[in-house]
Amino acid sequence: MDWVKIDRAGLSILPAAAHIDPLAKVQVALITHGHADHARPGHHQVIATPETLAIMATRYGDDFAEIKTPLRYGEKLKLGDVHVGMAPSGHILGSAQIIVEYQNTRLIAAGDYKRKSDPTCAAFEIVPCDIFITEATFGLPVFRHPDPKAEIERLLKVKSLFPERSILIGAYALGKAQRVIALLRAAGYNAPIYIHGALQNLCNLYQEYGVELGELRPATSTNRGKPSQELEGAIIIAPPSAMNTVWARRLSDPLNVFASGWMQVRQRAKQRGVEFPLILSDHADWDDLLATIEAVNPGEVWVTHGREDALIHACQQRGISARALSLIGYDEAME
Amino acid sequence: MRRFSELLEALIFSPRRTVKLAHLSGWLREAPHPDRGWGLAGLTGDLSFSHVKAGVVRELASEVSSPELFALSYDFVGDLAETVALLWPASPAHDGTEAAEDLRLSAVIASLADTPRAGIKPLLAGYMDRANVAERWALLKLATGGMRVGVSGRMARTALAHAFDRDIAEIEEIWPLISPPYDDLFDWLEGRTKRPEAEGRAVFRPMMLAHPIDEGMQEGFVPDDWQIEWKWDGARIQLVSAEDGVRLFSRTGDDVSASFPELVTEMKWKGVLDGELLAGTPEEVGSFNDLQQRLNRKRVTSRMQKDFPVFIRAYDILFLGDKDLRNLPLSQRRTWLETEVTRIETDQKDAPKLDLSACLTVDNFASLQVIKEQADPRIEGVMLKKADSPYIAGRPKGHWFKLKRNPKHADLVILYAQRGHGKRSSFYSDYTLGAWRDGEDGPELVPVCKAYSGFSDTELRQLDKFVRAHTINRFGPVREVEHKIVVEVAFDQLHNSKRHKSGIAMRFPRFHAIRWDKPAEEADNVAYLKRFIPDKDV
Ligand SMILES: [Zn+2]
Repeated sequence: MDWVKIDRAGLSILPAAAHIDPLAKVQVALITHGHADHARPGHHQVIATPETLAIMATRYGDDFAEIKTPLRYGEKLKLGDVHVGMAPSGHILGSAQIIVEYQNTRLIAAGDYKRKSDPTCAAFEIVPCDIFITEATFGLPVFRHPDPKAEIERLLKVKSLFPERSILIGAYALGKAQRVIALLRAAGYNAPIYIHGALQNLCNLYQEYGVELGELRPATSTNRGKPSQELEGAIIIAPPSAMNTVWARRLSDPLNVFASGWMQVRQRAKQRGVEFPLILSDHADWDDLLATIEAVNPGEVWVTHGREDALIHACQQRGISARALSLIGYDEAME
Repeated sequence: MRRFSELLEALIFSPRRTVKLAHLSGWLREAPHPDRGWGLAGLTGDLSFSHVKAGVVRELASEVSSPELFALSYDFVGDLAETVALLWPASPAHDGTEAAEDLRLSAVIASLADTPRAGIKPLLAGYMDRANVAERWALLKLATGGMRVGVSGRMARTALAHAFDRDIAEIEEIWPLISPPYDDLFDWLEGRTKRPEAEGRAVFRPMMLAHPIDEGMQEGFVPDDWQIEWKWDGARIQLVSAEDGVRLFSRTGDDVSASFPELVTEMKWKGVLDGELLAGTPEEVGSFNDLQQRLNRKRVTSRMQKDFPVFIRAYDILFLGDKDLRNLPLSQRRTWLETEVTRIETDQKDAPKLDLSACLTVDNFASLQVIKEQADPRIEGVMLKKADSPYIAGRPKGHWFKLKRNPKHADLVILYAQRGHGKRSSFYSDYTLGAWRDGEDGPELVPVCKAYSGFSDTELRQLDKFVRAHTINRFGPVREVEHKIVVEVAFDQLHNSKRHKSGIAMRFPRFHAIRWDKPAEEADNVAYLKRFIPDKDV
C-alpha cells in the first residue's frame, strides 16, 4: 500500500492530495465529524457532510476554511484519480465514515463511530472494504456499554429518590449533550431542561436539523453566584469543564452526573467526583468494535487511536490482519 | 443481591456522609430480613468466609479471558474483582431481569458458607452467569472480603438509629451483644421483643470520651466541681468480669484479652471497670514504647510477660455485678471504685495488676498548667471530669475534658502513602497525614503534613503491609489508604499556610509512635492544632 502514508498532519491520501481529519493545517481536508480534535479550523479546503460543515461554522465562524465542499451520505466526489464518498458512522450529527477508492482498492476511515441507538444521528452503515481504519477508544474487553435507555431510566429513578435536588449532568457539548436530552425526552421526561450557555448554539443547530429536544431554557441565574430556586429539582446539562466551577454554584446541592463511556470504570468516575456515573458512550464498545470488524470483513484493519493493543490482539486471534497507526492527537476527553 | 449491589454502587459514589446514611437507612428499612442483617455484616466487615481464597477471583478471570487481554484490562481498571465483573460475559437470558430467589443475598451467603473450598469456584461462576455487572462485583467482594465502600461500623449503627428512629447510644450499647444476621436486633427495633441484654456475658460497654479543654472554662472554674486525674500515656481499656469469664477490651471494643493473659485470670469479683493499660508496675510506670511490645500480639510468651509487665490503672466503674452504675454521678462512682479496687486487691492473691488512678487537688485553673508540666514523663496531661457527670457512651458535650501536656505532638491519620527512595524504594515509606476538620457535611480529614521518619524497620514493614492491603484509591504512584492508622507525630513548629488545604503547615514532622490502639475518629482536629501556632503568626 504505497498511496496512503502518515505524515506530520496525520493520515495522507497521496493521489487525492488530501488528508483525513488532519492534525495540522493542510490544502485539502476530509473531515469525518465536528469534534474539535478531528475538525480543526484553518485548512484551505474542507470536504465534509453538510451537518459537519454547519457544526464547524457554528464553532469557528463562517471563515473556518476558504473552500467548503459539502458531500452528503451516499454521494461521491472525484479528487484526482480517487473517488471519495461518505457513509453514516452513528457517532454524532453528521458524522461520517470516509470511503476512499483508488485502483480497485477501497479504504474506509471510520472516524469515531458507535453501533448503539442514537435518536440524534443516522445509524452506522456497514460498507464492505479492503482496509478498515477503526478507532479503539474503548478497545478493552471490560467495556461493554449498557443499553442507553436503561441507563436513562436508572437516572430518572435516582432523580425520583431525591426530588428536591437538581441533577447536573456533565456531557460533552457536541453530540453527548443533545443525545442525553433526546434520550430523556424519549423516556417521557417533558419538563424544561436547563442548559449551560456553551450548549445553546449547538442545541439550536441540532433542532434546525430536525432533532427534537423539547423545551430548553438557559441555566442562568439573576443573582450571580447564589443558588437559583428555579433550578431546584431540575435537570441541568453543562459541559464537563463547567461542573466544578463558579458556574455550578448557582445550583444548591446538585447531584453530579457525568455521561460518558468511561463511567463504566469506578476509579475513573470517582476521580471526577461523580455521584452518579451515567454510562453513555458515543463510541463503539468492545463487542461492537469486534462485531463491526466482522461485518465489514476487511482484508486488513488499521487501528488509529485508543487502546489498540487489545483490539489488535483480538483481531489476530480471529485471523484478521491488524496493525496500529498510532496517530497522536485525537483526544479521549471528548467522550 | 440486586438491591444490595445497587446500595453498594450508591455508597461508593456518594461523596458525603449524610447521603451515604440516607442510602443505608433506606435500605435497612426496605430490605427483607435476613438479607439486611447479612448485608450489614458484609458492609462493616463482620462477615468472612475463611475457606474462600482471594485467588479464586483470578481463577475465574482465566475462564473468560486470554491472559493478554486480562492483563491489559486489569492494568486499566486497577481492581481485580471489578475487572472480572466487567469481563464476565453477559448472559442474554438473565441480564436485566429480576434476580432469582437463589440469588437472594441470604441464600448466596448460606451457600458460600456451606460449600466446601473445592466447590466455591463453580458456585461463584454459576452466580456470575446470572448476575449483572454490579451484582458480580458485589458477589466477589462479599465472598473474598474487603468490601471497602466507606461504611464504618459507627456509620452503619448511625444508619440503624436513623432508620428505626432510635438513639445511637442504645444501638452502640447492644452492638457487642449481637451477631449476624442480627435477628434479635431487628426484632427489638421493630418492636417485637425487648432489648437484648448481656445476661451474664462479659461484653463491651461503649466508653465515655473527653473533649480537648476549652479555654472558656478558665472563667468561673471551681476546683470542687471537678474530679482531676492524670492522663496516663497508655492505652485506654475496659476490664469486664462476668459469669462466662474475664475479658479485656480496647477503646474501640476489640477483645484484646489474648494479648494480656495475666490480666484476665479468673476473678471472684464481677463488674466492669474503665482504666488505662500501662507498662511496668504501679511503682514504676513503663513507657508507651514498652507497652507497644505487648499491644497487637496474638500470642504472648511468659518471657514477654516477664520482660514487659503490664497493669491496669482504674479510672471508673460502670457495673458492679449486673448493677448498672453508669447513671450515678462520678463522685458516687468514685466511692464505689475505691471500695471495689480494694476488694479486688484483697481477693486476688497475685496482685498488684490493678491500682487506682489518683485524684489531684488544685487551687485554680492556672495551677493545672503548672502541674501538668511538672508531672511524670509517662503522663500525657490532665483529665478534668465533672464530679456530677454520668457515664455516657461516646463523647458527650460538657462532661470530660483533657489538657494535653506536650504542645508539640499531634495525633494524625495516614491518608496517602508513596514509595520511598533508595533502599526504601520497595516500601511505602512516605506518608501524608491528616487531621479532622468540620466540612460542610460533618467531619472530614484534610492533609496537614508529610512524614517519612521516626519509625523502626519493623514498624515500616507493618505500615507497608497495611498500605498494600488497605488501598482504596490509586493516583499514579500515590495510594490512598483506608483512614485507620493514627500516628502520633512530633513536630518543631506550626504555621499558617495558604498553600495547604488545611490552612496550616508543620515544620519537621516525624513519627513519634504509631497508635495502633487509637481509632481514626480520635485523631486531632485542625482547630485544635491551630493552638500551636505562635501568636505573632496568627
Ligand atoms: Zn468524536
